[in-house]
Amino acid sequence: MYNFTFHRPTTVRQAAGLLSRNPEGKILAGGQSLLPVMKQRLASPSALVDLALVEGMTGVELKGRSVVIGAMTRHADVANSTVLQEAMPGLAAVPGAVGDPQVRNRGTIGGSIANNDPNADYPAACLGLGATIITNKRRIAADDFFTGMFSTALEDGEIITKVSFPIAKKCAYEKFKHPASGFALVGVFVSKRGPDIRVAVTGAGSNGVFRVKTFEEALKKRFAAKSIEGLTIPATGMNEDIHASAEYRAHLVGVLARRALAKANA
Amino acid sequence: MSATGIGAAVRRKEDFRFITGKGQYVDDVVRPGETRAVFVRSPHARAKIKSIDVSAARKMPGVIDVLTGADLANDKIGGLICGWMIHSKDGTPMKMAPHPALAATTVNHVGDAVAVVIAATVAQGKDAAEKVKVDYEVLAAVVDPAKAKSGPQIHEIAAKNTIYEWSLGDSKATDTAFANAKHVTKLDIVNNRLAPNAMEPRAALAEYDSGTDQLTLWNTTQNPHVARLVISAFVGIAPEHKLRVIAPDVGGGFGSKIFIYPEEVVCLWASRKVRRPVKWTSDRSEAFVTDAHGRDHVTHAELALDANGKILALRAHTIANLGAYMSTFSSSVPTYLYATLLSGQYDIPQIYCEVDAVYTNTVPVDAYRGAGRPEATFVVERLVEVAARELGLDPAELRKRNFVKSFPHQTPVIMAYDAGDYGASLKKAMELADVKGFSKRKREAARHGKLRGLGYSTYIEACGIAPSQAVGSLGAGVGLWESAEVRVNPTGSVEVLTGTHAHGQGHETTFAQLVSERLGIPFDSVSIVHGDTDKVQFGMGTYGSRSGAVGMSAIVKALDKVEAKAKKVAGFMMEAAEGDIEFKDGKFTVKGTDKSVGWGDVALNAYIAHKFTGAELEPGLKETSFYDPTNFTFPAGCHIAEVEIDIETGKTEIVNWTAVDDFGTVINPMIVEGQVHGGIAQGVGQAMLEGVVYDKEGQLVTGSMMDYTMPRAHDLPSFKVETTETRAPSNPLGIKGCGEAGAIAAPAAVINAITDAIGTEQIAMPATANAVWAALSRATPRAAA
Ligand SMILES: Cc1cc2nc3c(=O)[nH]c(=O)nc-3n(C[C@H](O)[C@H](O)[C@H](O)COP(=O)(O)OP(=O)(O)OC[C@H]3O[C@@H](n4cnc5c(N)ncnc54)[C@H](O)[C@@H]3O)c2cc1C
Repeated sequence: MYNFTFHRPTTVRQAAGLLSRNPEGKILAGGQSLLPVMKQRLASPSALVDLALVEGMTGVELKGRSVVIGAMTRHADVANSTVLQEAMPGLAAVPGAVGDPQVRNRGTIGGSIANNDPNADYPAACLGLGATIITNKRRIAADDFFTGMFSTALEDGEIITKVSFPIAKKCAYEKFKHPASGFALVGVFVSKRGPDIRVAVTGAGSNGVFRVKTFEEALKKRFAAKSIEGLTIPATGMNEDIHASAEYRAHLVGVLARRALAKANA
Repeated sequence: MSATGIGAAVRRKEDFRFITGKGQYVDDVVRPGETRAVFVRSPHARAKIKSIDVSAARKMPGVIDVLTGADLANDKIGGLICGWMIHSKDGTPMKMAPHPALAATTVNHVGDAVAVVIAATVAQGKDAAEKVKVDYEVLAAVVDPAKAKSGPQIHEIAAKNTIYEWSLGDSKATDTAFANAKHVTKLDIVNNRLAPNAMEPRAALAEYDSGTDQLTLWNTTQNPHVARLVISAFVGIAPEHKLRVIAPDVGGGFGSKIFIYPEEVVCLWASRKVRRPVKWTSDRSEAFVTDAHGRDHVTHAELALDANGKILALRAHTIANLGAYMSTFSSSVPTYLYATLLSGQYDIPQIYCEVDAVYTNTVPVDAYRGAGRPEATFVVERLVEVAARELGLDPAELRKRNFVKSFPHQTPVIMAYDAGDYGASLKKAMELADVKGFSKRKREAARHGKLRGLGYSTYIEACGIAPSQAVGSLGAGVGLWESAEVRVNPTGSVEVLTGTHAHGQGHETTFAQLVSERLGIPFDSVSIVHGDTDKVQFGMGTYGSRSGAVGMSAIVKALDKVEAKAKKVAGFMMEAAEGDIEFKDGKFTVKGTDKSVGWGDVALNAYIAHKFTGAELEPGLKETSFYDPTNFTFPAGCHIAEVEIDIETGKTEIVNWTAVDDFGTVINPMIVEGQVHGGIAQGVGQAMLEGVVYDKEGQLVTGSMMDYTMPRAHDLPSFKVETTETRAPSNPLGIKGCGEAGAIAAPAAVINAITDAIGTEQIAMPATANAVWAALSRATPRAAA
């Protein structure tokens, strides 16, 4: 790790001020993605602006027909939230499937979404539910937020404060774990909210999380595994590495989508 | 059997300190004025070093010195060696290339060290290491062992990158047997390369005392005396008596900590140069590119059978990848630890094996849990399984027909099996695994969209790796006996100094069980001392499941001497003839009388020496033994894996595991079971999860645990572990050894089960979900039996 200065603001405004004064600085949330790369000297922020003491950034709340989650809410707290488990258990399952207990007790939703790891779980849920990412400056629709591997619509110094998820009656996440890292080799989130049907895929795409429009279209008739039986997605554009071929990833998208649909309807 | 004696499941003594954080590992040792070594490592698989500029690094804060391979050469520090001579078929000696601790002219694998920064802290050392400017001329790398012979030559000494072309067995007789065979089974097998990943990374701390010209090395080693010998005699750092090697608590080795590595040499050398202690602790990323890897064989193997399924002959050709340099025992692994086990548990009249060892631009490869024997077992057990399927025979039946049934049995590949009952372990395992109920379970699984398969592995291994004369005749540079000193204190408590070393095996417990039973003293009155060349007499260390069979036998021999002398002392105390003294349950009795003295009294009298004169008997009670067995030991057994495969995803779950092993005498069944569990986990890791991958340029793709899949608890079922017992005739305790069995047996059991489930004959390791899915889409499942 290289040296850096360490700041612990107590308000979002202070945090934003610190970030604008430290253009080479970075936000620190749970540190589960940032600290490993700093330890390996692959990242060298001049300053860390730790959000741990910023008030009002944690918690899971029901707001009308949405669930709003503070950006600093830990994966374990989201997974165990009774509010969420009642309102939308399909979403609670997503942080519950992240990493191991240590990671779930440190990692945050804001950090995960800002990081947009192509194998991360939350991006599938955000896109799969049509969430709104709320920052200190604006509200960004999930469809516009995830712009590619490790890249988002966030501007320099912009801070995610909350994520708002519309409540879908039916939704579920199916994850096929990467054997080594435990991230999603492929993960599929499906949801139905009135006429809005979404199938979002993480892990598979070489450009990060994406929606499967052909599946969504087919599910309009009936939101059930049967409706996409036999449908496949092309292997082109799929990620390929030592753990899974593009064909295998494409195949898993279909399998996991059907399993997620079965779960959502259960 | 007493509650703490031989055969009792005594809780491990050492665990209290381990689980309360009181273990003392090398990194926990802190010396006054300690500095840290940070290595500058090659980012290239193969390159010429055109120049190294350390001037900027020297000016960095906290830097004490920056040293390079040129400095090492100036100081006439020798290179690292391989201590087992192998000759090629044509009689020429193996081509051992120079292996300097810091590369001076060329680098030969990613991670090869070219310079070292000695700094006050690790962070300062890393900052400075980034400032060391190395000008490389990148050269084409050799990565694939199968193509190594036609690749650019890595070392001047080794044409075609070939270290040796060795063979064992009678090639003509084997070919004749094949020519007359009714059936021949052929397989191409890759035994995948593994990265050891002990929990504790390697570490070294060296301290030079200018007052006495004495060097001390705290080191994560499985064999401190061997490390001292090699560092002294071959590397030439210091004479043996001026170098003390301490291996304190060591957190796992699996073979990877047998070897002498560049880092400890550099720490020793640097500590004398900078006159301060120098410590290096590997991080995980460094471990992946510096700890010797394991396995990495490419093999074509054939099995000849007659019409009745009787095996007539086996032949194999193996290319063994030894990596960029020859590690300490690398040459022996694919030869005498591999080809000699190709007879498996079977009576095979003719065997011929050729092994070509090659250099590649990858991390050196050496012994890893099982070392050669997992590779041999995989070849034999895959051949037998596939042959059974091709002949339409039940795989258990084919095995039974070919088992060695009478002992001793001389195989055509050196080994003389001395005891075993292979039918017994197979039978017991089949009962425990409920093989009879398998077809029902298979049908049931099919109803849930799952394919179920069952796979056997009836393995054999050779452990102990002794007697010394035998291994010497095969090229070993050392003897493979073991030593023990039993030191009885005046109060009757006992210290045992053993030449073995424990790094997870629980010697402090099992060795104490032996001593307490033998002397009739409380288990807690015995302590085991190991891992310090200043305390313990020369010993060979721990690997090859040898500590029980060889190390404990040395303790037995020393105890014999202690008992003999104690009887003399007791004789003087009771005014009886030495020959009339009987020793039982810690009491010395004069035969036919009720006169007796206790162990503690005798110990005290040995030291106060009031009952005898110096002319009659030397005072004291301390005896040493160096024990050399008469043969290898041959643990063997049967593992049965049962798997279920999700047809849609290829995800394979191990649903049942049965292990029935014959380890000879079992000292502590709980510890043995733990060893079996760990071994199976590593074997399953090899079969389904692990595999080192290099890209074409020689960059390590699996350089962290994000890509290198270590087995986790959830990858494994609950194991059914049982033993059968035939005593090893080659040592007084009848112990065979248990440390490697699981890792040896497991890969073949898994692959036999998976291929059984999906109805194909081949699947490469690791059989990941993707690989199984791909194989499934090529195969048509065998009908339920
Ligand atoms: C062993 C291990 C296993 C894991 N397994 C999984 C898994 O299975 N699935 C999965 O999805 N993830 C996994 N992760 C990643 C984990 O979920 C991380 O916690 C998460 O990706 C990042 O969240 P964090 O709070 O730790 O963020 P940090 O590491 O602190 O930050 C990550 C990035 O986001 C930025 N950032 C953080 N908060 C904000 C904010 N509020 N606004 C703007 N930018 C911000 C930071 O500046 C940094 O660039 C794993 C991590 C580890 C170490």
